[in-house]
Amino acid sequence: MTDPTIQVRNLHKWYSGVHALKDVSLDIQPNETLGLVGDNGAGKSTLINILSGTQRPDGGDIMFEGRPVSFRGPRDAMDAGIETIYQYNSMVPTMSIARNMFIGREPTKLSLFGIGLMDLPRMRRESVQAIADVDLHLRSPDALVGELSGGQRQGVAIARAMHFKSKVMILDEPTNHLAVKETQKVIGFVQSLKDLGITAVFISHNIHHVFECCDRIVAMARGEIVLDRRTADTSMDEILSVL
Amino acid sequence: MKRILKIYLEKPELAGIVFLIVLAFVFQSRSNGVFLNAQNLQGMFGLLPEMALVAVGVTLLMICGEFDLSVGSVFALTPMIMGVMLAAHWPFILAFPAGLLAAAAVGLVNGTLTVRFAIPSFITTLGMLFVARSLTVVISGGFPPVIPQGAMPREMFTAFIGPGGMIRMSFVWFVVIAMLVSFILSRSNFGNWVRATGGFLPAAQSMGIPTSRVKIACFMICSVLAGFAGTLQVMRLGAPLPSIGEGLELQAVAAAVIGGTALTGGIGTILGGIIGAVLIRAIDNGLVLSRVDANWFKMALGALTVFAVIMNAWLRTKAKNMKVETHK
Repeated sequence: MTDPTIQVRNLHKWYSGVHALKDVSLDIQPNETLGLVGDNGAGKSTLINILSGTQRPDGGDIMFEGRPVSFRGPRDAMDAGIETIYQYNSMVPTMSIARNMFIGREPTKLSLFGIGLMDLPRMRRESVQAIADVDLHLRSPDALVGELSGGQRQGVAIARAMHFKSKVMILDEPTNHLAVKETQKVIGFVQSLKDLGITAVFISHNIHHVFECCDRIVAMARGEIVLDRRTADTSMDEILSVL
Repeated sequence: MKRILKIYLEKPELAGIVFLIVLAFVFQSRSNGVFLNAQNLQGMFGLLPEMALVAVGVTLLMICGEFDLSVGSVFALTPMIMGVMLAAHWPFILAFPAGLLAAAAVGLVNGTLTVRFAIPSFITTLGMLFVARSLTVVISGGFPPVIPQGAMPREMFTAFIGPGGMIRMSFVWFVVIAMLVSFILSRSNFGNWVRATGGFLPAAQSMGIPTSRVKIACFMICSVLAGFAGTLQVMRLGAPLPSIGEGLELQAVAAAVIGGTALTGGIGTILGGIIGAVLIRAIDNGLVLSRVDANWFKMALGALTVFAVIMNAWLRTKAKNMKVETHK
């Protein structure tokens, strides 16, 4: 087997006296779809916040593709190739799809100190392509994200991550607050990541969804990993019993 | 056809233009043709840039999701600093930038306090409203400084130009600045960050936008524009009074809101803010010309503000619910 894509070693995190992550170690293999389950406060959000650069660990190391990394912000993680799609969406509802696709990574012309003119035609063109690539049909790249359904928004977020050639996609509760049909669509997106060679971490507290699209399941409770099995080797009862 | 209507309904600033045209007709007939005559327009174009520049800055900041109540005070402080320096025989080339620098500093303080301590900008800038006003009175020593004759290059800022001296230079400054800010907001990546920061802060942060710096930059732009506007007024009047710009902060918010800017951030256009400012000036002027008691102005302004917000919200839902045939 090749090197793991992400290696987490002895990670610790405290929040004002609460030990949120207790010595967590985890390997995520290339191209696997890992399901991360656990109750509220089990530490799964803390773990993925550290992986996506929004929080810094109090102890421990992270290796990405064999090299030690230290993310100072979400942008560092994104530049390395780790893109996170959040529960409450990483989209601005009052902005168009094309603008949302490129937030913080706008292609510019004539730029000075990082500020420049956006290449709007290119943004529209590339977002149409990126959305078509995930098999999503939207009427126009100028439509506001606020007018899309929850599932469509997650689709656009995934299209964005793919457009920027992410190697690892972290999906934080992407199926929350979605209708049944929409949920199936998002699970379809997650399943398709495997064929595209993308490593995925799927966080959910709906165990059914995790069983549907993950190769391996990791369960967390009270800041520790309490179970780590291949999906084929475990059952819902076993996971429920450890949570 | 329906598509065009939907696009129209989604742009509240266009509704503002329609309203402005209606008002122009009403005032024109009520004032027996004085409202749109050359002399009156000349007067309106002369006054408009001062308030409209403040509205441009406030609109930008509101789109970024923040608020500035201190613009009226900065409007007085900036030219006062310039005036005191000119009275002490400093050259204009130093006094003018010194005033604007002070305005930028006020914006920096507003922004830094708001972001650093995560408090509502309503509070920070309310405090600054008093602080900057007090500072203005203190440095003036209670009397407006006497600016030496010819110390200000008024031909560059407030002189009448154009055919028949129809407009003042200040109007040219205003148009250029407004176009620049509008262009930055709609076409630059910084503009995209401003909209994202005001539209949905957590998303902007998670995408790695330096939201604190974006906000502070908007506070500073807003302050500098207010300071520049105040400087224009002082050049027009000839002497810096410590009381100018009182109440302007709320008029600027009213202008932005009338033009379709949302208090919650993320929604709005610079053009909308300008149209709001034009409407306010036109009502002020039109009421007087129609021989209505001038004390009705604030009543009209208040009613228009509330009416405009209700109208904009209604138009927005109407437009949203309008189904447009889609081609695959």
